[in-house]
Amino acid sequence: MTTPIVLTDPVPVAIRRRAFLPADPLGAAGTLVIVGLILLAILGPVAAPYPLQGTGTANVHEAMLPPGPGHLLGTDQLGRDVLSRIIVGTRNAIGVSFAVVGLAIAIGVPLGAIAGYRRGRIDAVIMRATDLALAFPSLLLAMAIVAALGPGLEHAAIALAISWWPWYTRLSRATAASLRERPFVEAARAIGVSDLRIIFGHIIPNSLSPIIVQATIDIGTVILAAGSLAFIGLGARAPEADWGLMVSEGRTVILDQWWIPTFPGLAIFIAVLAFNLVGDGLRDRFDPRHQR
Amino acid sequence: MVRFLARRLAGSALVLLGLSAITFLLARVIPSNPAAMYIGPKARPDDIARVTHQLGLDRPLPVQYITYVRDVLGGDWGTSIGTKRPVLDEILGRLPATLELIIAAMLIAIPVGIALGVLSARWQGRAPDAIVRIVSIVGVSLPAFWLALLLQILFFRQLHLLPLTGRIDPNLRFSTPISPVTGFFLVDSLLGGNLTAFVDVLRHIVLPAVTLAAYPTGLIARMTRSAMLEALAQDYIRTARAFGLRDRLITYRLALRNALPPVLTVIGLTLAYALTGTFFVEIVFNWPGLGTFTVHALLNVDYPAVMGITLFGAVGYVLINLLVDLGQAWLDPRIRLA
Amino acid sequence: MSTAPLLAVRDLAVEFRTRDRVTRPIDGISLEVGRGEMVGLVGETGCGKTLTGLSVLGLLPRGAVIAGGEIVFDGLDLRNLPSAELRRVRGRRIAMVFQNPATALNPVFTIGTQIEQVVRTHLGLGGNPARDLIRETLVAVGLPETERVMGSYPHQLSGGMLQRSMLAMALACGPDLLIADEPTTALDVTIGAQVLQLLRRLQEAHGFSVLFVTHDLGVVRTVTDRVVVLYAGRVAELAPTVELLSHPRHPYTNGLIGAVPRPDRRGTALTMIPGTVPADPGRVPGCAFAPRCPVAVDRCRVDRPELRAIGDAGDLVACHVAEAGGMAGRSPSAVSPGTAS
Repeated sequence: MTTPIVLTDPVPVAIRRRAFLPADPLGAAGTLVIVGLILLAILGPVAAPYPLQGTGTANVHEAMLPPGPGHLLGTDQLGRDVLSRIIVGTRNAIGVSFAVVGLAIAIGVPLGAIAGYRRGRIDAVIMRATDLALAFPSLLLAMAIVAALGPGLEHAAIALAISWWPWYTRLSRATAASLRERPFVEAARAIGVSDLRIIFGHIIPNSLSPIIVQATIDIGTVILAAGSLAFIGLGARAPEADWGLMVSEGRTVILDQWWIPTFPGLAIFIAVLAFNLVGDGLRDRFDPRHQR
Repeated sequence: MVRFLARRLAGSALVLLGLSAITFLLARVIPSNPAAMYIGPKARPDDIARVTHQLGLDRPLPVQYITYVRDVLGGDWGTSIGTKRPVLDEILGRLPATLELIIAAMLIAIPVGIALGVLSARWQGRAPDAIVRIVSIVGVSLPAFWLALLLQILFFRQLHLLPLTGRIDPNLRFSTPISPVTGFFLVDSLLGGNLTAFVDVLRHIVLPAVTLAAYPTGLIARMTRSAMLEALAQDYIRTARAFGLRDRLITYRLALRNALPPVLTVIGLTLAYALTGTFFVEIVFNWPGLGTFTVHALLNVDYPAVMGITLFGAVGYVLINLLVDLGQAWLDPRIRLA
Repeated sequence: MSTAPLLAVRDLAVEFRTRDRVTRPIDGISLEVGRGEMVGLVGETGCGKTLTGLSVLGLLPRGAVIAGGEIVFDGLDLRNLPSAELRRVRGRRIAMVFQNPATALNPVFTIGTQIEQVVRTHLGLGGNPARDLIRETLVAVGLPETERVMGSYPHQLSGGMLQRSMLAMALACGPDLLIADEPTTALDVTIGAQVLQLLRRLQEAHGFSVLFVTHDLGVVRTVTDRVVVLYAGRVAELAPTVELLSHPRHPYTNGLIGAVPRPDRRGTALTMIPGTVPADPGRVPGCAFAPRCPVAVDRCRVDRPELRAIGDAGDLVACHVAEAGGMAGRSPSAVSPGTAS
């Protein structure tokens, strides 16, 4: 009688991971920053040292103060505390970028999933439309749309969402097309589950990881794009606290009051950097082929 | 190869057709009062009526579209409300300045980006890799307009090394003017043996070019790195090692050649980025190109100009994609000889 | 053979080291390849045969290291050779052909260019002299349309032609040893047979040695002089081919042979070896095959058997039971020479 077969498991020999060091320190830092940003966005003006100045109330007799005690990042031409304005502006940045990406996903993902799952004519039509939308440089399209609709934060958001959804359609179509051959989808079809339910109940939930990675990076990109639009006057308008707008407002006095445009720009940079780092980290985590 | 070319050209033509439909919608259909947008804020009722008829806005949609396409192909892209000159002329007149800037930026971004990426892959896991990855992700996250401002503070205000704005010292226009041949100041000044002007233009183009190059460099470096790593993991690299080929040959020829296709695609993407990125860089450096013109047009609601630029940008993008596809075919014999 | 072997591997051990664990896929392999000999390295998937071949040339993948033993090639200590010298050995004195020629060749360079790169690196030849040499070699491997092949990209050639091209690349610089890692596995059976015959012919004509890694006993029977049977990172049995196939002594060899379907044994059941290969051979205290062995005794589970000579035909076996006299009462599932397989 042969003894029962036991698959010997490799036993760790001497080498252990240093438990206290996170696998991805930059990604961890990025996550912290993102959490902080979301918190600030939720708290809004309350988190600012000078809430009223943050939301736009002028304080002219303290105008153009350099960074120092009392005003850590200085004050702008109207005497408003720069730090407070940046904190208040977080809500715009996070809000717009989440809304835009959310909208782009809401439109793009189902479209792509339907195209990838159904194939045939629907696929052709949807993908032709997507290709056409992608044939435009995104920001240019957004600018043209804002020009047509008129300036303002909401119009900028709509314009950006319209420019962004095609990327998600393409992404989700590719995933849907490959998932559709999998056994669990075939099984669902075989027992008569409706197409719609398959798409929304099986295909989309299983396509999430590349979408999440893309979304994270895109949030950063949209913050940058919205900031750029605001910089040239196509986004939020004064006296709103918008990072891009603040940089633009400070541009005229940059040589002497450098802090006025520099810090809001720094805020954009740090936010985008954080989302990029986290997105990268997620990508490495989800796709083992992309070795670090 | 010819068949491939023909197919791609036909594809591009179709795309252009589709794009024209989109721009048509944006120009004539979406705005609430297209005629008013065409004329500008000081439109009087009879002007509006005249333009409405002239643009065919009272005709059925398909007819409008045909009119639109006919106008575009004939060179009539409308008249700029701001400058009162034909839009196409304005665009073409400013194009050389912008092209010079974009080319300068890409001449920096492509070699530097690829070099960084290759280095990073070659020394994966070691210090150069970490440095390149940090530099890349910073490059990709920097707002161009902010970087422009920072560079101005540093190099003009603090170090007094480089000029603040502009393309050339205005005084040179009179003392040692550049004879226009190509419209590219760097080229023309060299052609004319005008070294003073050349150096001056060079000093003026450095900061804007570097600013515009930051994002592309980062993106190209990242893609080169990942494509190189992918290539280096392939069987044929193991074969090359098994046959004792030199490391340098393996990295810079055998692997890199295989890593180039995705890098080329990314270069196409960065060119598309540059198309719009130039707006922000030009406006900060007061560069007399398409970008500054566009920003002013957007702010002043110079709708014909905006639409003209949008159309122009879209056509440019289609061209870029076509070139990228052709480049891919050239790089990969499997596509070329299919 | 009384002359020193061309390649001698002694007690080779290879470990895979990752962040959390270490495994030992090769745990003490010893073998020799004499001059002008074709030695088969046989085993199922995961037994470490490919790794052995890679170890000789120092081509282990990331995370794998040689953890013990020595590899001596014509007097050279390959393990401790400076990398510049090792590079000169690769492709020049020891050449390797791989299993899947379609992926093993670079898709963006022509065959001619790829072979020229090898020839240029090792022989310093370029231009016309190189091309002449390449043409000669291509003809020798059975590809008379030399211009067409040299100007073709890998995707334009069939599997058989690609494998021949790889052979040409390997033999261009006249190596002493060829390591062939499952060269026919990815090919159609008839094409594979042609490549085998070609290999045998070339070997007899030029006198180089071959280490032939395969899982296919049928292939081994056709071309090899001696066979090394691997199981779970260790050598189970090592003998001249004819002897091994007619009188297998290790229970695993016996099982392998019995598992090959043959027309002259129609109607009898194929031997099945229950169980699976251990995941980490290095951890197994006794004989690695003991859990699956039909004749294992208690000693087999605790005391790892050494490779010892049994009989006078040059048969080396690592098995306590075989040493003690063999599998008495069990009919050997032997193959007599000349039987179609």
